[in-house]
Amino acid sequence: MRKHFSAFLEKVVTENDDIVFITGDLGYNALENLVDKMGDRFINAGVAEQNMVGMAAGMASQGYRVICYSIAPFVVYRCLEQIRNDVCFHNMPVYIVGNGGGYGYGIMGSSHHAIEDIGTLSALPNMRCYIPAFIEDMNACLGEMFARRGPAYFRLGLGKNMPADMSLTTYGAATGQNNNAALTIIAQSPVANNLVAALQQPGVSAKTDVFIINKMPLAELPDDITASIKKTGKVLTIEEHVAIGGLGSAVSLLVNEAGVPVSKFKSLHAEGYPGGLYGNQSYHQQESGLDEQNITRVINTYF
Amino acid sequence: MDHKKLQGQLRLKILGLHHMAGSGHIGCSLSCIDMMISILKFRDPADTFILSKGHAATALYTIMNEIGEIPDEAMDTFYKNGTTLPAHPVPLKYKAIPFATGSLGHGMPLGTGIAKAKKLKGTDGISYVLMSDGETNEGTSWEAGHFAVTNKLDNLVVFVDKNGLQGFGSTQDILGDTAAANKWEAIGFEVAEVDGHSISAMVEAKEKLAASKNGKPKMIIAHTVKGKGVPHMENKMEWHYLPMTEDMYTDAIKKINTDYGI
Repeated sequence: MRKHFSAFLEKVVTENDDIVFITGDLGYNALENLVDKMGDRFINAGVAEQNMVGMAAGMASQGYRVICYSIAPFVVYRCLEQIRNDVCFHNMPVYIVGNGGGYGYGIMGSSHHAIEDIGTLSALPNMRCYIPAFIEDMNACLGEMFARRGPAYFRLGLGKNMPADMSLTTYGAATGQNNNAALTIIAQSPVANNLVAALQQPGVSAKTDVFIINKMPLAELPDDITASIKKTGKVLTIEEHVAIGGLGSAVSLLVNEAGVPVSKFKSLHAEGYPGGLYGNQSYHQQESGLDEQNITRVINTYF
Repeated sequence: MDHKKLQGQLRLKILGLHHMAGSGHIGCSLSCIDMMISILKFRDPADTFILSKGHAATALYTIMNEIGEIPDEAMDTFYKNGTTLPAHPVPLKYKAIPFATGSLGHGMPLGTGIAKAKKLKGTDGISYVLMSDGETNEGTSWEAGHFAVTNKLDNLVVFVDKNGLQGFGSTQDILGDTAAANKWEAIGFEVAEVDGHSISAMVEAKEKLAASKNGKPKMIIAHTVKGKGVPHMENKMEWHYLPMTEDMYTDAIKKINTDYGI
């Protein structure tokens, strides 16, 4: 996804001279193409994330669309007040791009993970978080973000191509509705690739409706998801984010407010560091039950 | 250039607002109102201004009212429910107040971004920021300062309201003098020190520095007196917080009327 992200960006900054890219001193072996293409519009703000975001708001007030780029936790938590006060309060077109997100930086350790980013930022006024799962919906998210002149957060993970049986939707992606579906699965972020693998076991696809939501906050439940839950009465949500402020809690609230009866609701989400030990992204996904094997096991409990 | 009468009239308006509201933050507004006159009464339309020390909002509202950016009807609602003018500026209400401030250390990054944008676009005008000396405690001030120096933002002019007092003590006692001229000169700023209650001195310094296209961002350290103009408030930290009694208000008006020749 990072390669595709870089290619998309190269095109959009070449075609639009009102876009500025600020990095918090990251980009070795990744952003050199942008340095060449953008000239003065590529800025290294140094290891000073709060100033980076405050400046971005100042530049946006003068007519620029400004990308602020760093490793996800550094550009989310360090400068939360700048994002809230300077960017969101004033509805400025500042796009916070967080590389990694979730457990994406794996063995780099907890300082480099961002498993509370979406809950934190999607609570802010005017903010829209984009959390693409696949290369295809990432491109759609990027197109929408640059067209939308307001605050955005983009969680840039490592996704694959979207499965052939899914199509893009306004909220993300979805499989077609199965008449015999007994379970509605709603997932977010590239951890959806583990779900895609779990769905390969014989007979499961025909019994599930699968939806990917790549934008937060979730203001309302999309009609086709509501229709699916009405049919199945059973929900499983999957996300690489803590339960608080995440996809599962948002879906739960909306389903309850809509009065849709649900007999079983399970949320698989980031559990933090339950064993107090550290490893790669897959290791942490496994600790939180977000791996293919556990997702398979949980799906089978519904049938 | 004599603006004494205006300096007195705006002080009376500030006190009037605080009297009406029964509110604090008087000392810090009286400290920097003369700086705001120097910046805003004599500015080019291409200039931008950010009040970083948002707690001096009554000074900001008063000068904005004076230059026609905030109507009288709005001033009458200060501090009341349903107002656009609470104790700290709010977003998206007045064109001349581009950013809601109130948390310290935001103004320099914002003003630095504006200055950088002006350089990129090749547009004129100075990016002015007014901050408190206490605000130079904030790391963001130094982050922005280093960026401004490295990026040669000589269109950034930062006024520092150096009254020597901050939230709970003197700046010298708390973190040392983080608004010392030699510290900012050491990182590459061009610095001038002036009397922060002399309009002519500040306008002269401002015009001289703004015209100096030497690649250095500018800082005008304005030596001020917290509570300037009201003797019982002057140089007293508590007048960051306290409201006035009726007697204090009456006395303050008399004193300002006399001293400022109104």
